[in-house]
Amino acid sequence: MATTTLGRRGNAAPVPARSPRRRRGLVALLFLSPWLVGFGLFFAYPLLATVYFSFQRYDLFSLEPVGLLNYRYFLRDEAAWTAIRNTLWLVAVMVPLRVAFGLGVAQLITRLKAGAGFFRTVFYLPSLVPLVAGTLGFVYLLNPASGPVAAALSALGLPSPDWFGDPAWAKPGLTLLALWSVGDLMVIFLAALLDVPKQLYEAAALDGAGAWQQFAHVTLPVIRPVLMFAAVTGVIQTLQYFTQAMVAARVASGGTDSAGTVFVPGYPDQSTLTFPEWLFHQGFRDFAMGYACVLALILFAVSMVFTLILLRQFRGIEEEA
Amino acid sequence: MTLTAAPAPPAGRARPRVPRGHRRRVALGWIATHALAIALAIMFIGPLVFIALTAVMTDHQALTSRLWPDHFEWGNFADIFRRAPLLTWIGNTLLYAILATVFMLVSSIPVAYALARLRFPGRRLAFLLVITTMMLPPQVVAVPIYILWARFHLTGTLWPLILPMLLGDAFSIFLLRQFLVTIPREYSDAARVDGCGELRTLVRVILPMARPAIAAVALFQFFYCWNDYYGPLLYAGTEPSNWTLSLGLASFKAVHHTQWNLTMAATLLAMAPVIIVFFFAQKAFIEGVKLTGVK
Repeated sequence: MATTTLGRRGNAAPVPARSPRRRRGLVALLFLSPWLVGFGLFFAYPLLATVYFSFQRYDLFSLEPVGLLNYRYFLRDEAAWTAIRNTLWLVAVMVPLRVAFGLGVAQLITRLKAGAGFFRTVFYLPSLVPLVAGTLGFVYLLNPASGPVAAALSALGLPSPDWFGDPAWAKPGLTLLALWSVGDLMVIFLAALLDVPKQLYEAAALDGAGAWQQFAHVTLPVIRPVLMFAAVTGVIQTLQYFTQAMVAARVASGGTDSAGTVFVPGYPDQSTLTFPEWLFHQGFRDFAMGYACVLALILFAVSMVFTLILLRQFRGIEEEA
Repeated sequence: MTLTAAPAPPAGRARPRVPRGHRRRVALGWIATHALAIALAIMFIGPLVFIALTAVMTDHQALTSRLWPDHFEWGNFADIFRRAPLLTWIGNTLLYAILATVFMLVSSIPVAYALARLRFPGRRLAFLLVITTMMLPPQVVAVPIYILWARFHLTGTLWPLILPMLLGDAFSIFLLRQFLVTIPREYSDAARVDGCGELRTLVRVILPMARPAIAAVALFQFFYCWNDYYGPLLYAGTEPSNWTLSLGLASFKAVHHTQWNLTMAATLLAMAPVIIVFFFAQKAFIEGVKLTGVK
């Protein structure tokens, strides 16, 4: 008889008079509950499961423990290393260029006497264009046969590369696309620049500092946290770089995976193959899901390093709230 | 917006004491910055103009490098609807975007409120975990989540992208929280003195004040879904009737061996709603983007 009665008695046990503190804790728990469930179901559990699957051979139907086989395969997987090199290229080139360009454009807007609002709108607009649409547009713009960029370059007597059809030029082409959609960064930088106290510039001007010195000794130190934040989030976003590379390769190659054949990303010649693309291809096109989990854990480790840098920035802020 | 960080005084008659050379230098600077801004503006707008112009060219002209349409082929827009199930794709995209946005708002607002304005043990940890889930690439946990949805036989549909929104979206929670912490405590304290519980305080006092932030996250969520390619590519499957506009657009040229003019017409169609809404809700967008920067 024990268990049920015990259970019932357990439920009936007098609830201690709720202290306001405890009540507030319960209210908070209630408000947080959707996210708590979501965190468990769509983050904590899958992260642990990823570790587990990384030691299995799994194709959605049969599960077979294979020890370190997936990890050993990674070391020999040429395409994975190509993907890593490409992703590092994008991180090293695209992120600094975007930050510098975004800052430059924002700085330019602060100097405009007329039409600052208009120019801000114009510079921001491209960042709203859907990634697929923007990528299609750029593949067309840069296509050597009929694109206006090729026409303009040849009118100037310059050679025009085959951008998305040339392994040496595909990543620079994607970089141009990334610079075109720099608007969201620009808006953040512009807000930071306008927050710099004007007295600082006046004091610097009195000391005889020129425009460049003011920028280096007043502007940069003040907005450094914003730049740091943008750079770190930029790195993490670039580690996920997927859609533009996928669409550009697909359109430029004329390939598709809806007509029965599986499209392999990276055209031309694996030059646009990014790490998340290879993960996607292994996991969801070749259904080498165990191996995809190894790739996922590598992506996790690298992005976690940068996420921790970001969290340190937030630690101080949280105290005052 | 008209605030300027640069201390340079405006060139003009108002300042007679400024030496002539200096005035000329300032005027030249003015011209240089504005010329640069105009040049950049042309580069930013140019691609959109070329897309729009190509969209109304004839098949034949789209293959040449002549930029201005010899003849405006408005029929291209009707043509793309005949060649691809665009209406189905738009319908699927709207279903995805609207449901995801509504679900996100319902689930994320209370979480953001708790993180911003309630005191409880572990609050800081919870906030840091929200940022962590927001930052980590979705591909990291994609495999087990895909397997989970496959068990429920929901792969091949858009539901795996919609249903999780009932459980909060980290980016929206983060953004809302960043806004809610800026509302002075006195407002909720006053409500509490009047005997409002937390839920009433949230609904009656905080939500009306947070309208700009709610508008921003709703817009971001809607257009995130509208633009999303990775999610539908993963879950929508190979059956075109389940695709979204982004997914269909990406395969538009390859599948139909379509000419550039039609591809650009479809591209224009995909970007038009975003641009139109932006012009009506510019402030909400800009304020929202500012919230994403660190303060």
